[in-house]
Amino acid sequence: MAASNKKLHVMYTDDDVLLNAVKQVREKHYHIEEVFTPFPVHGLEKAMGIADTRLAINAFLYGLVGLAVATTMMNYIMIEDWPQNIGGKPSFSYLENMPAFVPIMFELTVFFAAHLMVITFYLRSRLWPFKKAENPDVRTTDDHFLMEVDVKGDIEEMSRFMYDTGATEIKVIDKEEH
Amino acid sequence: MYTLSSKLKVFAGILFVVGLIMTVFGFINRPADLAEVEQMLENEHHGDHHGASTVNFEDATNDHHNTHGEESHGDEAHGESHEMSHAEHVYHQLTNRPWSAVYVAAFFFFMIGLGVLAFYAIQKAAQAGWSPVLFRVMEGISSYILPGGIIMFILLLISAFHLNHIFIWMDEDVVAHDEIIQGKTGFLNIPFFLARAAAFLIGWNLYRWNIRKFSLKQDEAKDGDIAWYKKGFKHSAAFLVFFIVTESIMSWDWIMSFDPHWFSTLFGWYVFASMFVSGITTIALVTIYLKSKGYLEFVNDSHIHDLAKFMFGVSIFWTYLWFSQFMLIWYSNIPEEVTYYVTRIEDYNLVFFGMVAINFLFPLLILMNSDFKRINWFVVTAGLFILVGHYLDIYVMVMPATVGASWFIGLPEIGSFLMFGGIFLFYVFNTISKAPLLAKGDPYLKESKHFHY
Repeated sequence: MAASNKKLHVMYTDDDVLLNAVKQVREKHYHIEEVFTPFPVHGLEKAMGIADTRLAINAFLYGLVGLAVATTMMNYIMIEDWPQNIGGKPSFSYLENMPAFVPIMFELTVFFAAHLMVITFYLRSRLWPFKKAENPDVRTTDDHFLMEVDVKGDIEEMSRFMYDTGATEIKVIDKEEH
Repeated sequence: MYTLSSKLKVFAGILFVVGLIMTVFGFINRPADLAEVEQMLENEHHGDHHGASTVNFEDATNDHHNTHGEESHGDEAHGESHEMSHAEHVYHQLTNRPWSAVYVAAFFFFMIGLGVLAFYAIQKAAQAGWSPVLFRVMEGISSYILPGGIIMFILLLISAFHLNHIFIWMDEDVVAHDEIIQGKTGFLNIPFFLARAAAFLIGWNLYRWNIRKFSLKQDEAKDGDIAWYKKGFKHSAAFLVFFIVTESIMSWDWIMSFDPHWFSTLFGWYVFASMFVSGITTIALVTIYLKSKGYLEFVNDSHIHDLAKFMFGVSIFWTYLWFSQFMLIWYSNIPEEVTYYVTRIEDYNLVFFGMVAINFLFPLLILMNSDFKRINWFVVTAGLFILVGHYLDIYVMVMPATVGASWFIGLPEIGSFLMFGGIFLFYVFNTISKAPLLAKGDPYLKESKHFHY
């Protein structure tokens, strides 16, 4: 099992080269563990074959929660607890006064969707305040791109292949445990 | 090069002829005189009650002064000056109906062309990289503002010469008894009204004519020479400023003045949203049609996806404006403002709320999913609904003021829609067939061809 813990850290200096390299590496059936980039590279997750995010579905559900909260809240405040007569429109029915509550319903839908989505994203990415960065090389926050690949077969041959894809440097990493 | 297929020509021709016949019948079917209307109302009163209009007639008969004299017909003056019978009101409304139907359909197709022109100008001024492969389609659709604009101007002239009475403020008799309209005659008078319309139409057509010429010239330019492109950029930026001001005034003139007592400060934006979303939808539909015929091979799914995003986004934007206008007036409940919505909710309930559902819920639910925006038949389905929805939107902006409760979507409405639809299809595809489908001189063309999101 020792071999499977070995990883190659392959550096690139251009996003187009990286994108092509990812495609070639995947064609060779090497397993790409992760790619670190200083900025979002368009089409990268598709090239890496990562499944589509389900964050959008979450956002929709969170929006529904927000809508429900707003409706319940306004119904309690404005209709049940303390009905008032505003502009000749006595608050006896939620439905009849609904237009007045639409802005609140809309805003809370957006509020819930946005905030819960961000929190979900943090949880899913295992990020929290004061977390130590998992970045293998600080240059990936500036102008370098790093591809982490599981070693498979002969390291020498693999490295040669990686250089052919446009890599600028290659490091062999022995990961204890993930 | 696209060649106009004879099938499409015949189709457009049939639309035009059928529409024309239906419209003419709509005009012939108008009641000849007051006695006929009285007879008709009598029959309906005793006959079966079916359909919304029948019921409305009856309601109105009981309380005609409130429902008809002030709100539906929009002319308090008649009520003040001399008592007008209910039958007389209905007679006027039925006389107005085919004219209004023609007006609504003419404006609807004209506004599609104008919306596309604005969209095109934005692409040019923003130096958009994704859209140049669609430029020839946009140029084709926006070319309709020439015949469409002429038709609109003729319709306005017909009203100005009192051949019909759909603009109540043009009637001197009405103005003489109406202090509110009298206060507005500095702006709302026939010569100034026509002068504005002419100036706007000439300005828009001038820009369109220029930008099309620049685009074609740029195709012939030498490599690296983008002088025509730069010129187009400057003209587009200037046009957008001109457009947003004139479009706003146009919407007050051509639509809001049907209810001369009522006003809304965001009306220009509201009409703009309508024309923008209809225009973008038409770009998507024409593009998908041409692609299905084997043209526009350089247009990929991502372009369609982007158009669908615009359809989705602007539909939401339209709803936002619709609701803003509605809620403020509904909440403040000021009599002179709220009549606008009272008429629509009482007499046009189904169309009024139905078109909000079509224009908001439908695009929202169908086009929300990212993958669906790349599936052509989804975009086409949503697009057809959006177009019908925005026709109805214009319909409920105009009709309550001109025909009141005597509305019906029948011969003249459907007929004039088909008629102008036929002209629109023929003219648009004819223009598209006049130039190569790829604006090959555009400096952003390569980026556009490789565009993927």
